[in-house]
Amino acid sequence: MADTIQTTQLNRARSATEHPVKRFFRATEIDTRLLGMVGALLIIWIGFQIMTGGLFLTPRNLWNLTVQTSSVAIMATGMVLVIVTRNIDLSVGSVLGFCGMIMGVLQAQILPQYLGLDSSLTWIVTLACGILIGAAIGALHGSIIAFLNVPSFIVTLGGLLVWRGATWFVTSGQTVAPMNPTFRLMGGGTEGSIGATASWIVGIIACLAIVGAIINSRKQRKRFGFPRRPIWAEYFLSILSCALVLLAVWVSTIYYWPVNIARKYAEANAIAWPEGGLQISHGIAIPVLMAIAVGIVMTFISTRLRFGRYVFALGGNPEAAELAGIKTRWVTIRIFMLMGILCAIAAAISTARLNAATNAQGELDELYTIAAAVIGGTSLAGGVGTIAGAMIGALVMQSLQSGMVLLGIDSPFQRIVVGVVLVLAVWADTVYRARAK
Amino acid sequence: MSEQRTPLVEMKNISISFGGIHAVDNASVDLYPGEVVALLGHNGAGKSTLIKILSGAYKRDGGEILINGEAADINNPRDAKKYGIETIYQTLAVADNVDAAANLYLGRELRTPWGTLDDVAMEAKAREVMGRLNPNFQRFKEPVKALSGGQRQSVAIARAILFDARILIMDEPTAALGPQETAQVGELIKQLKREGIGIFLISHDIHDVFDLADRVSVMKNGQVVGHARTEDVTKDEVLGMIILGKVPEKAIPGPGAMQTA
Repeated sequence: MADTIQTTQLNRARSATEHPVKRFFRATEIDTRLLGMVGALLIIWIGFQIMTGGLFLTPRNLWNLTVQTSSVAIMATGMVLVIVTRNIDLSVGSVLGFCGMIMGVLQAQILPQYLGLDSSLTWIVTLACGILIGAAIGALHGSIIAFLNVPSFIVTLGGLLVWRGATWFVTSGQTVAPMNPTFRLMGGGTEGSIGATASWIVGIIACLAIVGAIINSRKQRKRFGFPRRPIWAEYFLSILSCALVLLAVWVSTIYYWPVNIARKYAEANAIAWPEGGLQISHGIAIPVLMAIAVGIVMTFISTRLRFGRYVFALGGNPEAAELAGIKTRWVTIRIFMLMGILCAIAAAISTARLNAATNAQGELDELYTIAAAVIGGTSLAGGVGTIAGAMIGALVMQSLQSGMVLLGIDSPFQRIVVGVVLVLAVWADTVYRARAK
Repeated sequence: MSEQRTPLVEMKNISISFGGIHAVDNASVDLYPGEVVALLGHNGAGKSTLIKILSGAYKRDGGEILINGEAADINNPRDAKKYGIETIYQTLAVADNVDAAANLYLGRELRTPWGTLDDVAMEAKAREVMGRLNPNFQRFKEPVKALSGGQRQSVAIARAILFDARILIMDEPTAALGPQETAQVGELIKQLKREGIGIFLISHDIHDVFDLADRVSVMKNGQVVGHARTEDVTKDEVLGMIILGKVPEKAIPGPGAMQTA
């Protein structure tokens, strides 16, 4: 008892002498690294906004940006776990291509024979098959790495070639199109968005969930008498997160359907064309919702489940993890299976968006995925990384590309910039870590 | 006195070799409840290897292990834990990047009814155990990397205590510690001994362990030189066993004893 009183006083004494900014971050427990990345993202956004003369921060561009990010963001969440355990997966682009091609053939050529042309079952059967194949490929890679002790770099480098070649073999190189209409919703676009009302509902549910989580964690800490955040910090965090969520929803609702599509829709539904044009909100795009859902699930897996704990322990000290009785090989296999599943989900989004499955689908995606994870603070030395960071990393990469497209920069130069940014980001992170020690 | 009872652990005629080198050759050691046995020898004498067989990190080539007089089947660390064998390694086997509570429960996490990690309960228990062990310890939220060697060692020891170990293996437990922390670990060993836990202390430095141990077993070149009760021998005699393999009168010679005509 005396101890606790003493330490509280000690803490109080420490916080009194602290710099207010430092005290603020300690009280709110905001991850300063993550904050730094959000700051970098904002700088990039504002920079492009100025350089493009106001073209970048428009609802339309931001909406497109999130849709374009979703595929790589989904794979980056899995890449975090792979890299945390000191592995690497170079095959994600090819696995995406292969899963996409299988899903394309399945829905365009095989399933219509059994389910009929526009069956509403097609998309779910297709997606399920794609996920199974992704998981199987991941399990194969993982088993070779875990049981045959071949380095993951080599196994997945082989996978990069094998699955790209296999993609070609499925249709002898032919592009498969078009995709099933329901399946196509996963690609976003005018149809593949949930509209204003549903978006607001999603936003409000998200806010309730955030507040609920904050209250629950406070209750838990109170139950065991642990130090808690000051109450003002809890309010600050709740209000800030809810405001961000609602701001994002609002932006998605002020991006309206293009005039011709709205006109067609009005004609089809016998709505009179109003004077100022019909303004139908896009709302949040379905692929973005999928990416957010994946992000939440992956964060849950990595922080709340035993599996996630093992992944990080394994990355921090493989020997200690083994000695603690963790079945490290099985953990490795499961990580790669998860990665395969995420590739399949990303493949569904990218084939749906393109409305075709092609040979070249996902080429170079492995590099963007790894770059997103690394920019997002995942350490190649293992043991460190967050899902949210990787997703922001993916957004940073996509923002750079999208901004350069708006500026009319040639694609070779875009690659140069992305490459330079990757190196700079990792260097900045190294400096930050060295200081944090 | 204790010779009439069944030993807690009996390792009989254990052998293991790596690529033709006999790291441990026909070695036998035993341990009784509430007893501290120091396993001494030079670096490379085979003591760590022998004990890693007991903790399941290595698989023996030959010999048998009896726990409470019954043959035990230990093939991996999980098996060893089932027999109540906990190990504290000299390399401080903690996962650096997760916090103290996560390390304490690594491999045996507490979970909520929904199957998720019960971090709050784990932290509560960690605070309790660490409070008993090292009352100054306050850094529960930081990765273990940020802690000092002594603090990390106390995490490793707390880990063993937490799971009611009956047999504790400490491989150079104080090698990475300062004098004050070493004394703390000494106190802790006495406390554990009173609770009836059998402890193997492994060290190449006799001064670390002589006062704590009830018996010493000395190894040299993978073989056991001999066993002795610490009250029967002097430090110098034990040093003679370690360096020369010379067995004093009151000690029981093993297969590795110097052959004197």
